Amino acid sequence: MGDILSNYDILGAFWMTIKLSVLGTVGALVLGTVLAVMRVSPVTTLRAIGTSYVNVFRNTPLTLLMVASILGMTYILGMSLSDDQQTNIFRWAVIVLSVYHAAFICEAVRSGFNTVPVGQAEAARSIGLSFGQSLTQVILPQAVRGSIAPVGSTIIALIKNSTVASVIGVSDAAGMMATIVENETGTFGVFLIFAVGFVILTLPLGMAFTAMSRRLAVRR
Amino acid sequence: MNPRRIAAAAMAAGVAAGLAACGSDDGSSDSGSGGGSSIKIGIKFDQPGLGLKEGSEYTGMDVDVAKYVAKKLGYSDDKIQWVQAPSAQRETLISTGQVKLVVATYSITDERKEKVGFAGPYFIAGQDLLVRSDDTSITGPDSLKGKKLCSVTGSTSAQNVKKKVPGVNLQEFGTYSECVAALASKGVDALTTDNTILAGYAAQDQYKGKLKVVGQPFSEERYGIGLKKGDTDLCTKVTDAVKSMISDGSWQKFVDDNLGPAGFKPGAGNPPTPDACS
Repeated sequence: MGDILSNYDILGAFWMTIKLSVLGTVGALVLGTVLAVMRVSPVTTLRAIGTSYVNVFRNTPLTLLMVASILGMTYILGMSLSDDQQTNIFRWAVIVLSVYHAAFICEAVRSGFNTVPVGQAEAARSIGLSFGQSLTQVILPQAVRGSIAPVGSTIIALIKNSTVASVIGVSDAAGMMATIVENETGTFGVFLIFAVGFVILTLPLGMAFTAMSRRLAVRR
Repeated sequence: MNPRRIAAAAMAAGVAAGLAACGSDDGSSDSGSGGGSSIKIGIKFDQPGLGLKEGSEYTGMDVDVAKYVAKKLGYSDDKIQWVQAPSAQRETLISTGQVKLVVATYSITDERKEKVGFAGPYFIAGQDLLVRSDDTSITGPDSLKGKKLCSVTGSTSAQNVKKKVPGVNLQEFGTYSECVAALASKGVDALTTDNTILAGYAAQDQYKGKLKVVGQPFSEERYGIGLKKGDTDLCTKVTDAVKSMISDGSWQKFVDDNLGPAGFKPGAGNPPTPDACS
């Protein structure tokens, strides 16, 4: 096990996992929040778009989206994001992770909207705030604070799901594990190294989100 | 973006869906005690020309070799239970006794010899390139500069080509099927792995005449039959079976039947002389 740690750049592979996860999380949070707002908006068309988006991407396997981003989007439709293949697949992997997890973030944030008592919205409208104003000043801040725990779970799932990016060749932790298993055969030690690596990434995050959801909870 | 291209993209997504679907096996062949009457052999289920499952039929050179060896060990074809042996699980399948033999494009290496035993080699393969038939610009690893290459994530072939051609523009996928699809749609210019695997794809009906193997192998992969480490008795029997398979002409027939349709000729060193069992 010692020479596996010294012969392979495992830290570099986990750094790639971290880059994928951080960029994917940012993308998913932005897109997911926009979708959640669309799903509670008074405009029927926007609500329909938001609902369809969630239903399509929540029910499509991530592996399929990943492979389709390269085989379909890059090679057949010619939507290449870089001439260098490694850069192209990294960018597509971030996009796919964002697009896929945005559906889950959307539902998490929407569940946060449901924690805001309807009286808050009525009070906001009665003092003359527009829909946009009441959303950004009154509803969204409370909704976000109420949805921290489910959003945290989604982000942890995103970190682990980032391993799927290895099917299109991103050299992340899962790709490194495939290399080591090929060269050194799959032993318990190899799996342990990568399992521990992911626990180190996700466990503190989970604790942080639990603590935050308690501290930031709206007292009612 | 015209409708035909969008339709083609949808088809590619369909290919991906098919791949996602074939990842798991219900493992029904693992149940039961097995007993002395049947033998469990690990093969690839997704490698045309070598080990391929189509419905309940199994075809390929590895399948033919496995059937021949099993017959010599006293098991007729209907006593063979085929078990899927993906590359990463081959050592585990053998060491935990879930299969008796593994005949699955299994290269003999020193690292693997520490975990399992090998009989053979029964075939010498080599890393080669698969290109579109009308492509004359790629003649070997030296002409890959500026070309887009494809292989499988973490595979020996992928690592080897990165060392051989520094800075190569390499796309990696989870399986070779995706690489072949990318090659056919001109997304990549070449696919690299063992020439046997390449010949198997080139011989498939939908790619016949469209793809060709370059024929300049730049590595040596000695395919062996994996078995439990230290089982010298079994190793000797399997080695004898491999020797008689080569001497009675069956070996040549298996190669011609499965890889011949693509115009594939075994490279130097074939047919090999099996190593002695230790």
